[in-house]
Amino acid sequence: MHFQYSSAEHQAESAMSGMWLFLAQEILFFGALVFVWVYCCYQHPAGFRLATQHANLLIGSINTAVLLTSSFTFTAGLLAIERGEPRRLIQACFATIGLGVVFLLLKGVEWFKDVGDGLVPGAHFSLTGPDSGGAQIFYVFYYVATVLHALHMIIGIGLVLWIAWRARRGDFSRAWSTPVEVVGLYWSFVDVVWLTLYPLIYLAAL
Amino acid sequence: MSVTVDTPRVSYLTEENTIGSWLLTTDHKRIALLYFASITGFFFLGGIAAALMRINLLTPTGAIVSHEMYNRLFTMHGVVMVWFFLVPAIPVTLGNFIVPLMLGARDLAFPKLNLVSWYLFMTGGLFATYSLFAGGLDTGWTFYTPLSTDYTKGHVVAVAIGIFISGFSSIATGVNFIVSIHRLRAPGMGWYRMPLMLWSLYATSVIYVLATPVLAMTLILLGFETVFHVGIFDQRLGGDPLLFQHLFWFYSHPAVYIMILPGFGVMSEVLTTFSQKGIFGYKFIAWSSVAIAVISFFVWGHHMFVAGTSVYSAITFSLLSFMVSVPSAIKVFNWLGTLHKGYIKFDAPMLYALGFLGLFTIGGLTGLFVAALGADVHLTQTYFVVAHFHYIMVGGMVSAFFAGLHYWWPKITGRLYPEMWARAAAFLIFFGFNLTFFPQFILGYLGMPRRYAAYPPEFQVLNVLSSAGSTILAVAYLMPVFYLGYSLRHGARSPSNPWHATGLEWKTQSPPRTENFPIIPIVTEPPYNYPRPEDRTRAA
Amino acid sequence: MTLTLTSASVHSAEVDALLAGLLLMSLAVLALVFGLIWTYAIRYRAGNTEDRGAIGQKSWRIEIGWTVATLVVFFALFVWGADLYVRLYTAPGNALKIYVVGKQWMWKVEHEGGQREINALHVPVGRPVQLIMTSEDVIHDFSIPAFRIKHDVLPGRYEQLWFNAQTPGSYHLFCTQFCGTDHAAMIGEVVAMQQADYARWLTQNGGSDTLVAAGRDLFTRYGCSGCHQAGPTGGGGTVRAPSLNGLYGSPVPLADGTTVFADDKYIRDSILLPADQIVASYAPVMPSFSGQIGEDDLIKLIAFIKSLAAEGPS
Ligand code: HEA
Ligand code: HEA
Ligand code: HEC
Ligand code: CUA
Ligand SMILES: [Cu+2]
Repeated sequence: MHFQYSSAEHQAESAMSGMWLFLAQEILFFGALVFVWVYCCYQHPAGFRLATQHANLLIGSINTAVLLTSSFTFTAGLLAIERGEPRRLIQACFATIGLGVVFLLLKGVEWFKDVGDGLVPGAHFSLTGPDSGGAQIFYVFYYVATVLHALHMIIGIGLVLWIAWRARRGDFSRAWSTPVEVVGLYWSFVDVVWLTLYPLIYLAAL
Repeated sequence: MSVTVDTPRVSYLTEENTIGSWLLTTDHKRIALLYFASITGFFFLGGIAAALMRINLLTPTGAIVSHEMYNRLFTMHGVVMVWFFLVPAIPVTLGNFIVPLMLGARDLAFPKLNLVSWYLFMTGGLFATYSLFAGGLDTGWTFYTPLSTDYTKGHVVAVAIGIFISGFSSIATGVNFIVSIHRLRAPGMGWYRMPLMLWSLYATSVIYVLATPVLAMTLILLGFETVFHVGIFDQRLGGDPLLFQHLFWFYSHPAVYIMILPGFGVMSEVLTTFSQKGIFGYKFIAWSSVAIAVISFFVWGHHMFVAGTSVYSAITFSLLSFMVSVPSAIKVFNWLGTLHKGYIKFDAPMLYALGFLGLFTIGGLTGLFVAALGADVHLTQTYFVVAHFHYIMVGGMVSAFFAGLHYWWPKITGRLYPEMWARAAAFLIFFGFNLTFFPQFILGYLGMPRRYAAYPPEFQVLNVLSSAGSTILAVAYLMPVFYLGYSLRHGARSPSNPWHATGLEWKTQSPPRTENFPIIPIVTEPPYNYPRPEDRTRAA
Repeated sequence: MTLTLTSASVHSAEVDALLAGLLLMSLAVLALVFGLIWTYAIRYRAGNTEDRGAIGQKSWRIEIGWTVATLVVFFALFVWGADLYVRLYTAPGNALKIYVVGKQWMWKVEHEGGQREINALHVPVGRPVQLIMTSEDVIHDFSIPAFRIKHDVLPGRYEQLWFNAQTPGSYHLFCTQFCGTDHAAMIGEVVAMQQADYARWLTQNGGSDTLVAAGRDLFTRYGCSGCHQAGPTGGGGTVRAPSLNGLYGSPVPLADGTTVFADDKYIRDSILLPADQIVASYAPVMPSFSGQIGEDDLIKLIAFIKSLAAEGPS
């Protein structure tokens, strides 16, 4: 406990407010992206439709399911520690990490295929024809968004690992589990970001 | 020197003095000092660029540098002054130092985050400055596309990355302040018992947290556009150059209020202290800060009145610009009300504060000139706009910074600064400032465009006047470096409350200990609880 | 050193009046603010023993009073400025059209009669003149301080500016949007002349061809006539392409079901980015001329296509 706090609970609540504010910031960060995305989509409907047809709906959908599950596993861990069961928390952490890694691997495969298919904006972009320009813009957004999201995932996995490590050290108990809550909040947020991106990337053309 | 009776006390300054203890400190007071050093460096860097520009403008054809160099100078000046000096200036230095003390807390809510934020700031700052020197950048601080994406050889991406990184330092500071103000107020300190400085820093922090991420994303997209030439902003590929301007100003307009709100806070503190009288209209001043923060998100379009947006958008944004000015007007009037029936003393902080009051009002009123559509058509992109924002940012905000710096100097260092020198500097700054920037209003009306390395000869006289003023200003800005530096060693020791001010920061020793307060104080009275005149007369 | 700026157009006096209004308001406010600071500083200086009496109860009335006063003044200024702005940018229909192209770092001007000038603009007094402006590269801004008028000039768009010059004379023309290295050198002069002088100037500088005639030539040279019918005698080869007669100013149904209005920008986009907007029931076979036709030639082509408006659809 830092000396500016009157109690552990005081500190815990402050940490939660800090995370909420951080997420408010994140909403505007991704919000700006989504805004420009939608704006450009409106400007180049055909190009975006073309590009969306080349997005990998299968991997995208599996990943959505994986990520949703990971939020459940982490929440299960949180509930476990609130009942005072650190072992369960550790297990939940590893399940979450596992799912997170699966997500990233699938994402990697998807990127690999995209690049292999020449879906990289620039002179050698493979979707030619009149709508190529719009499609390239789509792919800029696609890469910006998915890379940023993946970075958030990597940070998230690091945080969950840290939770597991601390749980193992016996830091958390029924009485005190703030960091778990804070990280849970973060993880759900990353999930929500994905749920916003998913329709933009994969479903816009349907 | 007068005798210094006090034995050297234990304070946050004396605690431990290794380099590591400073560079890894989580004490908000030490971090504030780290920031002081950095900010001062950036200010002088931007100032030297300004000085070179002013020298160049002595002759119509450009006295010393090429057009290309001049363009780099004002870009560097704008970028450094805005992002690495004025946006962080008061919050990260004075704010960092004073927020926990005013709250009656031992530190900010997240001390480690505070340190991280300094490192982010320095990384971004050094990165951007390095790029501005090595290769340079000539887009102006506004980075308008397609100039910045397709037509410049400058290091757009590198500078953008620098600004991006330091942006996260702003966000961290904002989060830290908001949480601290919500959660670390001393027992008994309700919202309406907070000093107004905290209200204005709170409003500033909201903008930090909500506007900066938009800039961050804009810079990412700008970088992609520059590297891949994809056509988000590039009209040749079906993009929209105005989209960039909308995104840029969506951040940068709120950012101008980031650059003034903390100054408002300092004003409320200094004016009450040196009038020895409670603030007039506490709630109005407090809520007007919040109002400014909110409305500021809806006026960005006033930078685009001639840019090719629709007439309807121009009309809407003009109206909103007038609306956002109302809370500022409320503040000015309430400050005047505070002087009324006070016991006014003219120590240096007060002189700077009165300077602020006058110069900010001029800057704000000329903001109304450019907010009025028909007038902006003539004045936009001329020196009138340059004068408008320097009156607010330099005449107003830098004065407020100096007011606060002198005001809290005894608390920060435990020493008193030499009063006479400080007053002389205040007068010199006021004089030099007006000489530099007043002629620019006239230049602007006469039509001299901004960002011109050379100009038609009939503008020379006014330009020479302006350059002369800037020399005086430069000297005046150097003075505090010397006398404040001198006072660090030789100044008289300060008591804990040299100005007889209210506020928790004055209730602890100068300079405070690392933990600020031996026991957390309990607040039992409203802020600015100075004796009322009627009580004084009765007592006398 | 002169501190006044010539007022040389119909609207410049109005802009000056607005500025004067703003200045008077500011002086009044400044007199109040500085006056009060000064008075209080003297009367209520700490050493002065003057009886301060009791501080009146802080009254909401005062706060509301000055807030409302401010709002009223602000609103009046807003309306004044907005009204003027709308008039500043609403060109009358009968204006003389002149085409302006900005590029790093010069202004190219073309008159309807084909007269061309660089970094100069000759206009008649007493007659509304409408500039139709575009840029070849970055954003510029066409500014004539003596007329109190300016507007950004964007690539890929036609922006408009109009004025009615009053006083013959020669005035500064500035580029006021930062556009790169020689932004400060992108200046020129605007010469306002009596109508008779202007007519003489036009004949003396008579272009070889009017814009429309030059456009007609280009229409053949770029091969447009191979596909499109333009004018009474038809082009039309093997490809089925819409006739351009009567196109300008009429609504065009597009393949995606929407309808656009054929203005300068539409025609420009049809030439440069034909794929973006396909005319209903035509195949997207028109090649893009982006990068092949410069802004000057575009202006001529468009002028020519506009001249076909009168032909009536065929
Ligand atoms: C700290 C910075 C700061 C602040 C606080 C402001 C405050 C204001 N600004 Fe300014 N502005 C800038 C920094 C700032 N500005 C910068 C940097 C630019 C240029 C950017 C660039 O292009 O590089 C700019 C440009 C700028 C423009 C665009 C000009 C152009 O490019 O054409 C406009 C237009 O509306 C504008 C308006 C205003 C208004 C209405 C206010 C208002 O908030 C002012 C409110 C204050 C008052 C009005 C004074 C107090 C009031 C009274 C005492 C009461 C008066 C009473 C009565 C009238 C009854 N500003
Ligand atoms: C945010 C804060 C800020 C501050 C504090 C300043 C401070 C100053 N500014 Fe700046 N200015 C901007 C923000 C600021 N400016 C912005 C955003 C722009 C727009 C940029 C753009 O168009 O992109 C601008 C543009 C700008 C221009 C217009 C350039 C142009 O359009 O062509 C000018 C011209 O006079 C100018 C002058 C000055 C001067 C003289 C000072 C002085 O106050 C500085 C005084 C300080 C010193 C001089 C340093 C201290 C002294 C020394 C280090 C000693 C050595 C000095 C000498 C040898 C003389 N500024
Ligand atoms: C290969 C044949 C071909 C050539 C060459 C060609 N066009 Fe077209 N143009 C078309 C077709 C087909 C359409 C209708 C489909 C579309 O909208 O793209 C069209 C559409 C247009 C339109 C929009 C017409 C409308 O009714 O809305 C304009 C304007 C136009 N062309 C101008 C030009 C000009 C100017 C040139 C020469 C620089 C040119 N075209 C060269 C085939 C051609
Ligand atoms: Cu063209 Cu500035
Ligand atoms: Cu603004």
